[in-house]
Amino acid sequence: MTEPTAEVIRETKLYKAWGLSEQEYKIITDKVLNRLPNYTETGLFSVMWSEHCSYKNSKNVLRKLPNKSKRVLAGPGEDAGILDIGDGQAIVFKAESHNHPSAVEPYQGAATGVGGIIRDIFSMGATPIALLNSLKFGELDGEHTKYLAEEIVAGIGGYGNCIGIPTVGGEIAFQERYSNNPLVNAMCVGVINHSDVKYGKASGDGNLIVYVGAKTGRDGIHGATFASDEFADDKETQRSAVQVGDPFMEKLLMDACIELVHEHSEWIMGIQDMGAAGLVSSTAEMASKAGSGLIIELDEVPQRETEMSPYEIMLSESQERMVLCIHPEFKNDVLDFFTDKLLDAVIIGKVTDDRQYKIYHHKKLVCDIPVSGLVDDSPEYKHTGSRPKRLDISDKQFEPNVEDLKSVWLSILKQPTVSSKEYFYNTYDSQIKANTIVKSGSDSAVVRIRNTNKAIALTNDGNSRFVYVDPYIGGQLTVIEAASNIVASGATPIGITDCLNYGNPEKSEIFWEFEQSVEGIASVCEKFDIPVISGNVSLYNEYNDKAIFPSPMIGMTGLLEDSSKATTQGFKDAGDLIYLIGETCDDYNGSEIQQMQINKVEGRLNKLDLDVISKRYQKVLSFIDKGLIKSCHDVSEGGLAVALSEAAFEKKLGFKINLNMTTKQLFSETPARFLVSVSKDDRDKFEDAVGDEGKQIGFVANDDFMDIQTVDSEVKINLNEALSSWKEAIPCLMKTE
Amino acid sequence: MTLVKVYVTYKKSILDPQGEAIKKAVHGMGHTIIQNVRMGKYFELTVSDNAQNIDAEINEVCDQLLANPNMESYRYEVMEENK
Amino acid sequence: MRFAVIVFPGSNCDKDLYYAVKDGINADVKMVDYRENSLEGFDAILIPGGFSYGDYLRSGAIAAHAPIINEIKRVANLDVPILGICNGFQILTEIGLLPGCLMKNQQNKFICEDVELSVENNQTVFTSDYNYRQILKIPVAHGEGNYYCDESTLNELNKNNQIVFKYCSNINGSVENIAGISNKKGNVLGMMPHPERALEEIVGSDDGLKMFQSILKSHMDRVNL
Repeated sequence: MTEPTAEVIRETKLYKAWGLSEQEYKIITDKVLNRLPNYTETGLFSVMWSEHCSYKNSKNVLRKLPNKSKRVLAGPGEDAGILDIGDGQAIVFKAESHNHPSAVEPYQGAATGVGGIIRDIFSMGATPIALLNSLKFGELDGEHTKYLAEEIVAGIGGYGNCIGIPTVGGEIAFQERYSNNPLVNAMCVGVINHSDVKYGKASGDGNLIVYVGAKTGRDGIHGATFASDEFADDKETQRSAVQVGDPFMEKLLMDACIELVHEHSEWIMGIQDMGAAGLVSSTAEMASKAGSGLIIELDEVPQRETEMSPYEIMLSESQERMVLCIHPEFKNDVLDFFTDKLLDAVIIGKVTDDRQYKIYHHKKLVCDIPVSGLVDDSPEYKHTGSRPKRLDISDKQFEPNVEDLKSVWLSILKQPTVSSKEYFYNTYDSQIKANTIVKSGSDSAVVRIRNTNKAIALTNDGNSRFVYVDPYIGGQLTVIEAASNIVASGATPIGITDCLNYGNPEKSEIFWEFEQSVEGIASVCEKFDIPVISGNVSLYNEYNDKAIFPSPMIGMTGLLEDSSKATTQGFKDAGDLIYLIGETCDDYNGSEIQQMQINKVEGRLNKLDLDVISKRYQKVLSFIDKGLIKSCHDVSEGGLAVALSEAAFEKKLGFKINLNMTTKQLFSETPARFLVSVSKDDRDKFEDAVGDEGKQIGFVANDDFMDIQTVDSEVKINLNEALSSWKEAIPCLMKTE
Repeated sequence: MTLVKVYVTYKKSILDPQGEAIKKAVHGMGHTIIQNVRMGKYFELTVSDNAQNIDAEINEVCDQLLANPNMESYRYEVMEENK
Repeated sequence: MRFAVIVFPGSNCDKDLYYAVKDGINADVKMVDYRENSLEGFDAILIPGGFSYGDYLRSGAIAAHAPIINEIKRVANLDVPILGICNGFQILTEIGLLPGCLMKNQQNKFICEDVELSVENNQTVFTSDYNYRQILKIPVAHGEGNYYCDESTLNELNKNNQIVFKYCSNINGSVENIAGISNKKGNVLGMMPHPERALEEIVGSDDGLKMFQSILKSHMDRVNL
């Protein structure tokens, strides 16, 4: 095929099909290049200036998120953020969405999402220690949704299990809006010594660029622009090649890169993963960070297919590839090192000092662009939001119907968002590396750091129902929920990575949801001093013009100085006293019971008092630190009814409680409440410490009953019946006809 | 009864990690005449005798279930099986 | 006593095993590359779990052709204890040191959970510190752990006391709930569960520790004879 000339591209406006607007094209011709870009160059601009790479639609909003604290060693802009955890060690983490690829080919889409996020961690030199994921599916009532759920979970497990990093936690929620646009957000956490950190930089005139890993094929070309586009039925046919994950290759690549950083740090300047927009994005960013230029020889790039054009080689999103910048005197050492690790490594270019990005193909110069033009000059758009009409509703709270308490209680345990996720989670290897102290199923996962007393608590949260009914407060609640989960395990929240999933930001109501919810998130991060150190944005999550719920996902990490203090949600021994910390109000809008009873969520949310919540967190942490509480569970979806049931399920211990609240309040979702159990011997000490904020509501019983009394009703539910409702719900729904 | 043999393979442009790993092992065993390995799936579908429109139905099953047209292609053979 | 942990490309429980020996029983342990061709000087050989060669083609199938395999077969004949865990078990069946094979789990899914095991034979070098029929809590993590063999092999296994571990409930479709078997001489053991992940209470169980202690003790007994 002969490529269209620069003039033809201008005349036919071919660039528009690649996602560049006329205005953007004009900036390229008149300001960046002062000439017309050729075919290859137009292609490079189109991906580098896509939302996925440039954040042109979201940058302005993302600036609202705080990214500093005394622990932050590296924040947004690197492959992943880094937080100091003391003793010369740090944790490195990031989350990334892979929503669109997972909708097209769920197994491979999810698998390559996991592969990509792992590369972001080991490219910094860190050893990955844990994976988490946040998944949002449609209701499990149609075959297609079940197929997506089954395959996405299999893809995540397939990749993580094979490469040998434990998948320790996450969240799965179900809502009709995700039926054809599932959300797949994956998070990876690694550990590193401060002295080993490597940044993705290509500096030093004459240094060499090394390509390592899988060969380049025509995989996922325009994946980055694809991710910045909406879905519609008729796109079914026009999709380009799907990327296939090769976890075996990535295992070799990971082990090699970590060993290289540890043993031969002096050989290398920087490492970067080839992710979205492949070779161009990784190398241009490396040059941009160092303020240097690059020459790339495309004939040297290992290719899996024949006759690939420069455009295709540069934009290919073949997986399991890395770029390194090395000192020329170690060239042979580096190449031999990788050969020994069964990996292909070749020199594909070198660093220059002219700040130009030059590409040669068959000895011809096919691209000559200022690095800054590709990386920094993309326009930034400030959209104006408008408040969605659905929010013009009084702040009256929904009235749940709880006449038949037992049946409501059992029904809510069967809601897929509430019920046990064992069906999915048991297919993930959560224990490899033998460091997992608390795995999926408790409030947060806890993983110890080998050879230290420390442990890291991890959670993924984002209740999009709340964000949908009230974007600002809903945004705040995503952080509160994550922080409550971390605190319940006994850890102090120290940092956040986020995936911000929304619809098309060019629609003013969607943009408003985006902006408001990010402001909500930022307000809590500021208040609690939890920086957002990495993350990504996934926009255009729509199917046939209908957007998903605004779905910010918070991946939070917490630090436990003493891993033996990690606390779980389950009651431990009969006779222990049960307390509820935090007042329960009437909070039913956006709740599980509202969704269950009227099949939609609506109504405004009550304002939060962040000062009260912040103090409560400190208190709970001090109880755990002093060993005053034996179990701690954050009360969230489904309210106290669900929290009590889950606490009882862990060791199959019944309970008897007598509540000074109404029956419906059992299902209220007032945030930041904790259900804790305390040994009888510690009653006085605990009550002194908790003060008015905590009330004893009952005790753990040595029988099979959940015995509940409120101000207006009384019920006794068989624990085994409740347990099977909760456990069997998802396996039952997943059965195909 | 009619036997339909269905072969599903990755499209040429799609990476086949298993095929690559097997190829390396084959080379390691000294069989260097083998230049490439592609791995696929094989299905045997037994179709009732009085079936009409076999092709249309088989194509539908392949397109919608056995293969993902985004990355796989398939072919099939219709055999008359001995009773 | 000196242990070898064999590392194939894609092995991913190799370090866990390394720590189990080094920190669990404070013995000498070395990682041995699959390209090596000597296991001279090692008193026990550990074949780790994981996904050698990505489990591509069939779990253990490609590893079975690695250079180190001939040496493993050689020292097996010399009565050196050889323990294969998970993928290690799969490899041992692929290379014929153990009978039968491991098929896809009956439920066709990967399974990771703590399971209860019963010690069916505590007369081996690997299990001497356990009681007969002692119940252990040890995690499994596998997609292909469904042990299968033909009836005559099964009779042999039973007759020779080669069934070393059984699951207390059938988690994957294995014949007779088999979780681990030995060869006839008892110096080669393959098992699907991961004792190296059960060495400390804080990670859920320390029931796996005695396995490594048994190997150490048996060796000391032999040396002191």
